[in-house]
Amino acid sequence: MKKLINDPDHVVRESLEGFAAAHPDLVSVHFNPTFVVRSDGVPDGRVGILSGGGSGHEPMHNGFVGRGMLDAACPGEVFTSPTPDQMLAATEAVSAGAGVLHLVKNYTGDVMNFEMAEEMGADEGIEVRSVVIDDDVAVEDSTYTAGRRGVGGTVLIEKMCGAAADDGRSLEEITDLARRCNSEVRSMGMALTSCTVPSAGEPTFQLADDEMEIGIGIHGEPGRDRMSLESADAVVERLMGPILSDLPFHSGDDVLLFVNGMGATPMMELYLCYRKAAAMAEDHGLNVVRNLVGPYITSLEMAGLSITMMRMTDDLVALWDAPVQTPGLRWGQ
Amino acid sequence: MSRDSTFVRSWIEAFFDRVEENQKYLTKLDSAIGDGDHGQNMVRGLRAAVQSLNDSDTRETLRNVAMSIISKTGGASGPLYGTLFMEAGKTAPDGPIALSDWAAMMRAGLDGVQRRGKAETGEKTMVDALTPAVEALESAVEQDASWSDALSDAAAAAKDGMESTTPMIATKGRASYLGDRSAGHQDPGATSSFYLFAAAVDANETSAE
Repeated sequence: MKKLINDPDHVVRESLEGFAAAHPDLVSVHFNPTFVVRSDGVPDGRVGILSGGGSGHEPMHNGFVGRGMLDAACPGEVFTSPTPDQMLAATEAVSAGAGVLHLVKNYTGDVMNFEMAEEMGADEGIEVRSVVIDDDVAVEDSTYTAGRRGVGGTVLIEKMCGAAADDGRSLEEITDLARRCNSEVRSMGMALTSCTVPSAGEPTFQLADDEMEIGIGIHGEPGRDRMSLESADAVVERLMGPILSDLPFHSGDDVLLFVNGMGATPMMELYLCYRKAAAMAEDHGLNVVRNLVGPYITSLEMAGLSITMMRMTDDLVALWDAPVQTPGLRWGQ
Repeated sequence: MSRDSTFVRSWIEAFFDRVEENQKYLTKLDSAIGDGDHGQNMVRGLRAAVQSLNDSDTRETLRNVAMSIISKTGGASGPLYGTLFMEAGKTAPDGPIALSDWAAMMRAGLDGVQRRGKAETGEKTMVDALTPAVEALESAVEQDASWSDALSDAAAAAKDGMESTTPMIATKGRASYLGDRSAGHQDPGATSSFYLFAAAVDANETSAE
């Protein structure tokens, strides 16, 4: 393992200390239990938006805390769900009298810990709702599985819900919005290399130089299939096919196209892949009205990318365009 | 013959020892079908659980263990093992623990795990090791077996259950995302659950000495 770390056990804490020092205008970091909260607080009577998950996916989720997106985030250990006491403390910190929405990626640990936190929050008299995000088309959805994973769609849904909270919408309205966005978004990812979890010290899986994993998640878990490496255009076709056919997207639909880097893939390659993905969307009759390209939901130093597409309506475009000032995403004023 | 809260504390310590000794092995099993953090998470949670042990009674002991695990483990293991100890503690008697009490505590723990994780046997999870172990305890109670025989039977059943997960295709938890590719690997959660029952044998031997 070759990493810029001091001690595998201190990676998360030391990284958060640096994160807090780098962005004091936007976030405050609390320890014992650990959570990140916007430094200017949640205005009275406004819904609080909270998410969380394992560390190692930076900038998600901590990097999306600030104005216009998340009010708080709970980072767990690397690739490990945070715990209910963290979520409860964060929920209390962003509860401003209008309830708190938990945005949960569909991973067993996250779902169970958030469930416990929701029960604990209710005991404290805080109205908590939660929406489980499950946009990954790589996982076959059936009654026999835990369901699809929550991946790239999470970034878009956090942005939409944060803007809706700033707009003064009710907990019920924002919960419905999150569910609607989740039903309109699909993602799929691939990896060229594994990442190395600091505490494990060696790559989670081994890939030969001429191999790739298709249908990976964001925790270094192997994907659905391993196959021979192909050209970038062929890889994009392999990812876009299931996304396009799953929703399905109709000719004339407006979409947001998000090409995400998994941590070690340079922007040059992401733009190269965006070019092909956008061309495929247009060939399909879709209007790419908004886009996002870059590493936003990563898997440590894994090389690879994921593609996410969300069907957009005018109200979603307005929520997307609303100002956002967070360490990981900034536009507007 | 009955056991008391000293036995329960030895059991938690023995569970921690087994998991710590096998931390790398658990992580290796989890790397094959999950995200490779099971060993690390269990050690972190159980270390906190062992630190929570004091001279309190069985119910209080198990409650402290549960809360330590829930707040330190993370992942799916935190809520699942936390719920197991929480429910076992709620079912524990005030005073000495008879073998029938122990079986009832483990049954309550298993029920809690199943409620939290919504898993049945055959889905390649810890439930596949816990279920036969609890059933072995219950049948030992019916046959009026000794503590020593009952705990050995339960550990042996947990081991068989753990091994039975190898050919299974996971339909719950993170391994389910691999579909057919999850077959051929022993489930890490079922493995740590076997250690839980093996630890009861260890604790019984310690207290008999």
